[in-house]
Amino acid sequence: MKEFIEGSHAIAQIIKACQPGVISAYPITPQTHIVEDLAQLVANGELKAQFVNVESEHSAASVVLGGSATGVRVYTATSSQGLFYMQEVVFNIAGMRLPVVMTCANRAISAPINIWNDQQDSISLRDAGWVQIYAEDNQEAVDFHLIAYRLAEDKRVMLPVMVCMDGFILTHGMETVDMPEQEKVNKFLPNYKPLYKLDPAEPTSMGLLADPDYYMETRFAIQETLKASLGYLSEISQEFNTVFGRNYKDLLVEEYQTKDADKVIVAMGSVCGTIKEAVDQQRAKGKKVGLLRVITFRPFPYARVYEALKDVPRVAVLDKAVSLGAYAPIAVEMKAAFYGKKKGPKVISSFVGGLGGRDITLESIDEVFRRLTAKEVNSDFIDLKPELLKEDTRR
Amino acid sequence: MENSPLFKSGHTACAGCGQAIAARLVVEASGANTIIANNTGCLEVFSTKYPETAWGVPWIHSLFENAAAVASGIEAALIYLGKKDTINVIAQGGDGSTADIGLQALSGMLERGHDILYVCYDNEAYMNTGVQRSGLTPFDTNTTTSPSGARSSGNIRPKKPMPEICLAHGIPYVACASAGFPQDLTRKVKKAISIKGPKYIQVHVPCPLGWRHETNQMLPVAKLAVETGLYPLFEYENGVLTGRKQITPKPVEEYLKTQGRFKHLLNNPEEIKKIQEIADNNIKKYNLRLEI
Repeated sequence: MKEFIEGSHAIAQIIKACQPGVISAYPITPQTHIVEDLAQLVANGELKAQFVNVESEHSAASVVLGGSATGVRVYTATSSQGLFYMQEVVFNIAGMRLPVVMTCANRAISAPINIWNDQQDSISLRDAGWVQIYAEDNQEAVDFHLIAYRLAEDKRVMLPVMVCMDGFILTHGMETVDMPEQEKVNKFLPNYKPLYKLDPAEPTSMGLLADPDYYMETRFAIQETLKASLGYLSEISQEFNTVFGRNYKDLLVEEYQTKDADKVIVAMGSVCGTIKEAVDQQRAKGKKVGLLRVITFRPFPYARVYEALKDVPRVAVLDKAVSLGAYAPIAVEMKAAFYGKKKGPKVISSFVGGLGGRDITLESIDEVFRRLTAKEVNSDFIDLKPELLKEDTRR
Repeated sequence: MENSPLFKSGHTACAGCGQAIAARLVVEASGANTIIANNTGCLEVFSTKYPETAWGVPWIHSLFENAAAVASGIEAALIYLGKKDTINVIAQGGDGSTADIGLQALSGMLERGHDILYVCYDNEAYMNTGVQRSGLTPFDTNTTTSPSGARSSGNIRPKKPMPEICLAHGIPYVACASAGFPQDLTRKVKKAISIKGPKYIQVHVPCPLGWRHETNQMLPVAKLAVETGLYPLFEYENGVLTGRKQITPKPVEEYLKTQGRFKHLLNNPEEIKKIQEIADNNIKKYNLRLEI
């Protein structure tokens, strides 16, 4: 049923439909509306879950770890510093192969403290062993949570999934969303049946010490599973389309006007809506430009990226995060995707924008297309304010 | 001792390890219908080196400081599944993971009122990493990070009052026990699990390696800590002191001289006097002196 609804409310509704048994969260802007709604749903008796109000994100992640290990579907959500505070547990959850699903309401990282959107938080945890999927709009944010549980709990996977949605832009944005009906959710997402669980009827030990004779294979196994998950994501998205009547191709990347393009921007998340608008405007003027949207950042879909851009001469990667002192995060992956290949863009320029909530406007996108020339650039910041870059502030 | 089906022999604890004895007594007292969440530490390392495990009950280790939170999630899941009434949940860890790095998670668990027994195995320093000072290291103890020297007589602070900190959360049961008094420990664990809500038991467990005593001296050393008044055994139910082990106090020197970690104090009557004062305060506070 279509509803005009705030992103966070829509997420709470879809989590309710997924019927987790344990929810735990610690408040942090802009994640709060999601967990407030879930708390209310539990208080109203509309959601039969245990809502555990913890004293920190470290404990929120630990509570869902414990719940998941006991064989129950679990949920948590966080942002920014909260994600960093739970980082140790985030890695631990993946290492223990627990199918936790988390929403990351993407927000900038301190210092300076800033509650607005960029993607530095989740991107910084790219090596944690989680699948990371980035939504462009709230319809996707809703749908991706269903797909997240299906993928995480797939016996071939058994890894956690983080659904990333841009803070405020999506979490607090009102959009029309086709909310999946409970009946269809039940069909698409069966009850969680764990392979192993903490149960006195069948005692098992979890989280053992693995010495050098055993440790490496556990990492190898996650690496192999994540690589294979690219295929599972495609497969699950097709089934999702069948049940819910959507039209997702494979949830890895979206190609928008890339076929004959001579300039393509690569980006991730809600900014892609703006880029599509800019592409449409430029196309109307006869310019051959396009967008490649990365949907799944981990595992990274190198083959799909290669196929999509191998004949495009110039590519601009627009990151909403920065790897200070190096190429920006998505740009690194784009370079890797084409390294040593016969075909590929002559230029892969890297741009950084939208940090700490600075608006990326249509003009910003036009500027990126303009600066995408034969001369490759590395981590060029866009939308900087020259008046703030005087001698004493640049150090 | 006979092999226990719940905590099996063959683990890699040091000879004379008080924690291994106490952990076994705790799980045996709680029984097979128990799920344990364990902090990182000696107990975790020596009992679960892959591909072996000593545990005959469901057992999970996640991180150094989060067993109380992991146990909270386990308890919440059991309530959701309708199984909580038949299963005991225990969170456990050493003194460092309890009183220092895990204090926040423990406080959260106590404050939220989870039906969980938390057991702190107190060997009074970070033994797993090589005897570094923790918040539960006693005053004047020589550890690798609170060494005695020309300008120091060891650890400069008394033990953090963990039982009182837990009591201040208004939880229904708080007790101190000792590996030197096994029946008392067993009784306290059984009582604790019979009470609904958060419970805290702190067990004094000698560490021959870190305390520097002979491996066959675990029991006498543990007993002396209690008999001098340095480690009072007491229990609080609903905030009221309901039990204490009364003693005919021995001078603290008798305890101190048994261990290398206090060797630097033996010719220092001034410091010994300060430690005697700690014992005297305990004796007074908990009314430990046996009336004749």
